[in-house]
Amino acid sequence: MSTFDNPFDPDRNLRAGCVCGQHRSAAEHEQATALHCEPVASEEKRYEGVVASAVMRAMFPQDVARRAFLKSVGASTALAVLSQFFPLKTATEVFAQAGAPEKKDLKVGFIPITCATPIIMAAPMGFYAKHGLNVEVVKTAGWAVIRDKTINKEYDAAHMLAPMPIAISLGLGANAIPFAVPAIENINGQGIVLATKHKDKRDPKDWKGLKFAIPFDYSMHNYLLRYYLAEHGLDPDTDVQLRSVPPPEMVANLRADNIDGFLAPDNICQRAIYDGVGFMHLLSKEIWDGHPCCSFAASKEFITSAPNSFAALTRAIVDATAYASKAENRKQIAEAIAPANYINAPVTVLEQVLTGTYADGLGGVKTDPKRVDFDPFPWQSFAVWMLTQMKRWGQIKGDVDYKAVAEQVYLATDTKKLMTEMGLTPPASAYKSFAVMGKNFDPAKPEDYIASFKIRKAS
Amino acid sequence: MTSSLRLRAGLVSIVLLAAFLGIWHLATRSTAPVTTMSPEYAKLMGLTATQGKSAMPGPLDVGAKLWEHLKRPFYDNGPNDKGLGIQLAYSIARVGTGYLLAVLVAIPLGFLIGMSPLLSKALDPFIQVLKPISPLAWMPLALYTIKDSSVSAIFVIFICSIWPMLLNTVFGVATVRKEWINVARTLEVGTVRRAFTVILPAAAPTILTGMRISIGIAWLVIVAAEMLVGGTGIGYFVWNEWNNLSITNVIIAILLIGIVGMLLDQILARFTRMVTFPE
Repeated sequence: MSTFDNPFDPDRNLRAGCVCGQHRSAAEHEQATALHCEPVASEEKRYEGVVASAVMRAMFPQDVARRAFLKSVGASTALAVLSQFFPLKTATEVFAQAGAPEKKDLKVGFIPITCATPIIMAAPMGFYAKHGLNVEVVKTAGWAVIRDKTINKEYDAAHMLAPMPIAISLGLGANAIPFAVPAIENINGQGIVLATKHKDKRDPKDWKGLKFAIPFDYSMHNYLLRYYLAEHGLDPDTDVQLRSVPPPEMVANLRADNIDGFLAPDNICQRAIYDGVGFMHLLSKEIWDGHPCCSFAASKEFITSAPNSFAALTRAIVDATAYASKAENRKQIAEAIAPANYINAPVTVLEQVLTGTYADGLGGVKTDPKRVDFDPFPWQSFAVWMLTQMKRWGQIKGDVDYKAVAEQVYLATDTKKLMTEMGLTPPASAYKSFAVMGKNFDPAKPEDYIASFKIRKAS
Repeated sequence: MTSSLRLRAGLVSIVLLAAFLGIWHLATRSTAPVTTMSPEYAKLMGLTATQGKSAMPGPLDVGAKLWEHLKRPFYDNGPNDKGLGIQLAYSIARVGTGYLLAVLVAIPLGFLIGMSPLLSKALDPFIQVLKPISPLAWMPLALYTIKDSSVSAIFVIFICSIWPMLLNTVFGVATVRKEWINVARTLEVGTVRRAFTVILPAAAPTILTGMRISIGIAWLVIVAAEMLVGGTGIGYFVWNEWNNLSITNVIIAILLIGIVGMLLDQILARFTRMVTFPE
């Protein structure tokens, strides 16, 4: 569920995955029950919703029990009862305001892609300023550079691919430096784009020998593309070629026929279509609806040395994410982040990505309002899934303490700390199960999950 | 005679330029057939897809864009978008710092090495190995150890522009004509005085040639380094516009890089002429 949904809706599923058992997938269940959050009038109301949601989750870890409770007493009584046990109003206030930031002038690095929308828009649209910060968002050349600059403390926090903080914390491809993710940037919003000449090759089984580009080794793009290929019987290490290519070079390479396709972040996918060199084969949403992509990350050192700045920063990001999650704001956001100072891309391209009404490159116009979505909650089960894929493809060797790593990197600091500050017991579990291409993932049994795949790197 | 030669050369230059622009213009005209698509779809697509426009901009596009840049070279729209004048100033400042540091190290060091045949032989293999290393190869090492991207960029310029100066200084000092040194010795000129009044003027043209090669290299390096570290500079501008696949702006940047590089080279060429002496 989204952090911004109404927690007092008895039908609302606080943990993703279909619990009622009537639907094959969580998405279907969601469609059937047709839930949506009403646009919340004021910011205070939204904080109230977020806090109440957390309280409900903590009090009723079982969805069935919570539903029964809500059904028997009704939402308004539930709210009243809950307020008796727990002063929601106070907690909301504490969440909304905290100590003065130790450091006001901050630098946050970003890569110019739509995944960074909340980080970028928070500058021109004043979300940082609202939380008492003077943030300079700095465009960065690539993932390796953003990693090094954040490690070198040139940036206080940065936009990173969701698996990167895990990889950095584990010391994969860099020195081991503890990093944390207080918020996910975006969910969905990627796509597989193929060169126009392959428009009749829509079955992945025919893709043997093709060359694909991914943005970085430690990226959801890498894991999703590998997953997708493997599910169709192709071994991504031997049957196709995967190349790590910086996103802007992808379109140029596709035009030059150096690659046959890519799984890339948006606006790059849409840009390839806009320039007439490729078509959208599949949105990443169709592989795993609700998958995380990029994250907002900071080093543990920054978090401990400037906790208030960090909390204010996180609040600004959560605030911006909430704003971005509403469809009616997307056009305005597209215009705010398009100039050369930010993403530097045609507004039409960004609008197509953010509103989900897009040209597919084959002459059709498609609409999918959830093409990209924004939800900040850093589920630890996301981290466990990424770790299973790192292990599956040989990036990690040996035993992994999935839970420990996930808890250390995802949510470990900020979300828990913010909740404790508010007098809350953080949710006992930040794990949810989900399905990737129809196959269920149980975060409690990562090793069984890896073992269940036929195609994987022998370790 | 010389003035008419110059005139004719100028004419040929202009004809060549016109021919180049003409071919460029013809080659980038829209040639691809315009595919029919629904207006709703066309609205979402770029000009290359809808009007069969060439992905390569023509000279007129570039000219118009260049004029736009020249009209306001010093605007500042925040940390990631500054005018071309500001970007060039950043690049020149970086090149200047790295290059001056290299001059300060290379010339005295080259002098010392050049005066001792033993040292110059012993150090030669190291210099030969370090000389051909590309700036991009130094970059990760610099970022990793210096832990500061702007200092890293300056370091990379320093390390890449030092070798030609060092080698030329060594060579220039070592090959000062023996007769001149012997004359100085006969006149009982002291070592320091000999270095400054005999060797330095004699080796100056070679040293200046080394410096001229180095400034060219430093200017080559800055673009690559700035593309990597980002933030400011003409290299960052190229990268940022490439990100937007704006070939027009990339071409403008290429043009400006060429012009600034030429100016830097001309300045050093003038200095070289000042110290050259007839034998």
